[in-house]
Amino acid sequence: MTSNNSHFVAPIDETPLLATDAVKTDQAPLSLWSDAWRKLRRRPLFIISALLILALTVVALFPGLFTSVAPNAGCELANSEGGPTAGHPFGFTFQGCDVYSRVIHGTQASMSVGVLSVLCVLVIGVTIGALAGYYGGWIDSVLARLGDIFFALPLILGALVITQLPLFRENKSVWTVVFVISLLAWPQMARITRGAVIEVRNADFVTAARALGVSKFGALVRHVLPNALAPIIVLATLELGVFIVAEATLSFLGIGLPQSIMSWGNDIAGAQASIRTSPEIMLYPAAALSITVLSFIMLGDAVRDALDPKSRQR
Amino acid sequence: MTTPEVRIDEAGTTGVRPLLEIRDLAITFKTGGGDVQAVRNAHLSIMPGETVAIVGESGSGKSTTALAAIGLLPNNGRVSGGQILLDGEDIAHASEQRMIELRGNTIGMVPQDPMSNLNPVWKIGYQVRETLRANGRPSGPEDIARVLSEAGLPDAKRRANQYPHEFSGGMRQRALIAIGLSCQPRLLIADEPTSALDVTVQRQILDHLDTMTTDLGTSVLLITHDLGLAAERADKVVVMYQGRVVEAGPSLELLRNPQHPYTRRLVESAPSLASRRIQAAKEQGVETADLLAPAAETAVADNVLQIQDLRKVYKLRQGFGKATDFAAVDGVSFDVQRGTTTAIVGESGSGKSTVAKMVLQLEKPTDGRILFDGVDTSLLKSQELFKFRRRVQPIFQDPYGSLDPMYNIFRTIEEPLRVHKIGNQASREKKVRELLDQVALPQSAMQRYPNELSGGQRQRVAIARALALDPEVIICDEAVSALDVLVQAQVLNLLADLQANLGLTYLFITHDLAVVRQIADHVCVMEKGRLVETGSTDDVFESPRQEYTKALLNAIPGAKLMLPPEVA
Repeated sequence: MTSNNSHFVAPIDETPLLATDAVKTDQAPLSLWSDAWRKLRRRPLFIISALLILALTVVALFPGLFTSVAPNAGCELANSEGGPTAGHPFGFTFQGCDVYSRVIHGTQASMSVGVLSVLCVLVIGVTIGALAGYYGGWIDSVLARLGDIFFALPLILGALVITQLPLFRENKSVWTVVFVISLLAWPQMARITRGAVIEVRNADFVTAARALGVSKFGALVRHVLPNALAPIIVLATLELGVFIVAEATLSFLGIGLPQSIMSWGNDIAGAQASIRTSPEIMLYPAAALSITVLSFIMLGDAVRDALDPKSRQR
Repeated sequence: MTTPEVRIDEAGTTGVRPLLEIRDLAITFKTGGGDVQAVRNAHLSIMPGETVAIVGESGSGKSTTALAAIGLLPNNGRVSGGQILLDGEDIAHASEQRMIELRGNTIGMVPQDPMSNLNPVWKIGYQVRETLRANGRPSGPEDIARVLSEAGLPDAKRRANQYPHEFSGGMRQRALIAIGLSCQPRLLIADEPTSALDVTVQRQILDHLDTMTTDLGTSVLLITHDLGLAAERADKVVVMYQGRVVEAGPSLELLRNPQHPYTRRLVESAPSLASRRIQAAKEQGVETADLLAPAAETAVADNVLQIQDLRKVYKLRQGFGKATDFAAVDGVSFDVQRGTTTAIVGESGSGKSTVAKMVLQLEKPTDGRILFDGVDTSLLKSQELFKFRRRVQPIFQDPYGSLDPMYNIFRTIEEPLRVHKIGNQASREKKVRELLDQVALPQSAMQRYPNELSGGQRQRVAIARALALDPEVIICDEAVSALDVLVQAQVLNLLADLQANLGLTYLFITHDLAVVRQIADHVCVMEKGRLVETGSTDDVFESPRQEYTKALLNAIPGAKLMLPPEVA
């Protein structure tokens, strides 16, 4: 051991001197997205939800693969509330229609409302949020107040009012539901985008890009938005689930999709009549709805963990 | 305080028992990729009343060693071997109960970052009282005021009722020192206590810490990356590298006669020591030309940049509708000669970075003119401004923030070429390869992302990006301040080489006078938005005319050390 005044030197071969600041070349290059993908791949939460969503997508696109019964075909009142029989595993509704076939065909409407609404919300919310956050000043004030107005409207109340407008009352379709949901739900996306953009806009790399001659708007598109994407993607995934529920809620109340379009919301509403006698008729569309929403929310959670910048190596 | 016992150590010499002795310490971290040994075979001893410094670059294990001594290793770290003897008691595996007893009144700690280590929602006085109470000491208002005033806080009674955000960085660090020393510990661990502060404040705080610990007879374990500072403040210096102690000894002895190649490298590149060496050489009549970076021949005054009476006024909002003017830059004039390096030196808030932003045309001056090649830059039309950007490029301070994390290295360096529509895909790739060569990065780094590179490597990428457009002037805003000493020296050498080869002009913004001495030809000293002194580097360093400049020069750590001049 060293005593007080001795001069200790470690043997040089024990700690060989490395080149100052050498570049590590032993690992494959890693972008944010490939890093996130590597993390996601190993998460059971992600694998389960991704498989479920994949299955749901196939069902939505090709319902014919899963049921030979055409939508609304073969509804016979004689079968009203009948139990499962061969070829009709979930039994029959109050109107005597095949429950299994309705659930399968309902997937398409629910999924497309969800996906289309999220796309609309992304376009509106990200544009408004990015402009407000990046330019600040009066643009921010005006857009933020505008968002607050819509934010203050509860979804159901707002939808009730809007769908009673003559234009909407006459032409109920997937698009009117998408329009109502997007109109009332974009402020949250705008808020998240605005916050993420504000966080990035003063980063040195944005200033460096400006000093290179990149225009102000160019820097927003090339540098600020790509770096603000992570929270936007997470919110979009979570909202997909939320919007599917919103569609079901609106259809249940009779202000969503018209009766002619099969959707889980309409099915749940229709099953009210037989809730006391055969509750399982409501169970099947409700279960399909729950599984879908749960998958999207689990996916959102997994993506959020994978994109968390704090878990990134420096 | 116990009287030190006299004992005979293994070597047979008489000595007192060390207060802290670390023997063969090994620390292991559990990470996603398996166990990592952060510290191996570390050993050091601190006698009562002695100051020992651990020096090393980031990742060398210096902070980890100190944290082990106070039992505050992160959850995934553990002591996997060796002993930590505090006054003869092994505390390497002591119970949490025992460590809580020891912390505060036997071992105190002053953490690194004064900005994040005070809880913003509690008053300063409350945070001092918390420490006093936890250690069963009287904690009335007078005791708190006494503790704070001992740490050099004026008007301590009133200050104790303020919140951390009302304190400046220096005052916060004083408050943290007050907390660390409030229970009169026998050992104080100071982890980079002043690295976040301005040099003059750093000097005051270290002086005060010295006086206090001498009065109390406290031993100090000082952790720093600055060899000059360590040698100036400590009796013994321990150099750590890759988790091992590579050299340890009395500080001056170690500086004069470094044995291990790593220590030698450190001594050679420490800027504070290098500038001291230049000074010493000059006093002995050695020609400066051999020691300073080669200054370009400046026969004809060819001013590429002329700053005339520059002013920048910000409106500070005060409540509703009211605003007061704050002059961040006030009446600054200086010239930058082509092919030379001009440094703007000042502490935080001196307005030096604002000057840089205005020269880069990222901020509009309130008043005054900036002439680039004789043309007033504020009159440039957008097309001309676009061309101007090709000729003047910045390098920023934070190597973690100045590269877009979504762009790989190739795209980062290529971006300026693409924006200015230079060449085609193939010629741009060739240019990027050349640039990587110029900044001594392997071409294989092209496909990597910034998060895979170290701070110094990122800074070299930033330099390559700045060079892509073949600019004439490069504005370095604290470009080396965030780097480890050796890496800093490497980047400074690179900048000097590039200047010699490409005839670049640098405007170098920094708070570090030691760095200025190494690279600058001219110096402008700024204080509170005003220019207080300008001149050639030699003149300013040899015969500073202003008190403020003298104070800055004196505050360079290691300035008082007597080192032999080193003539290559």
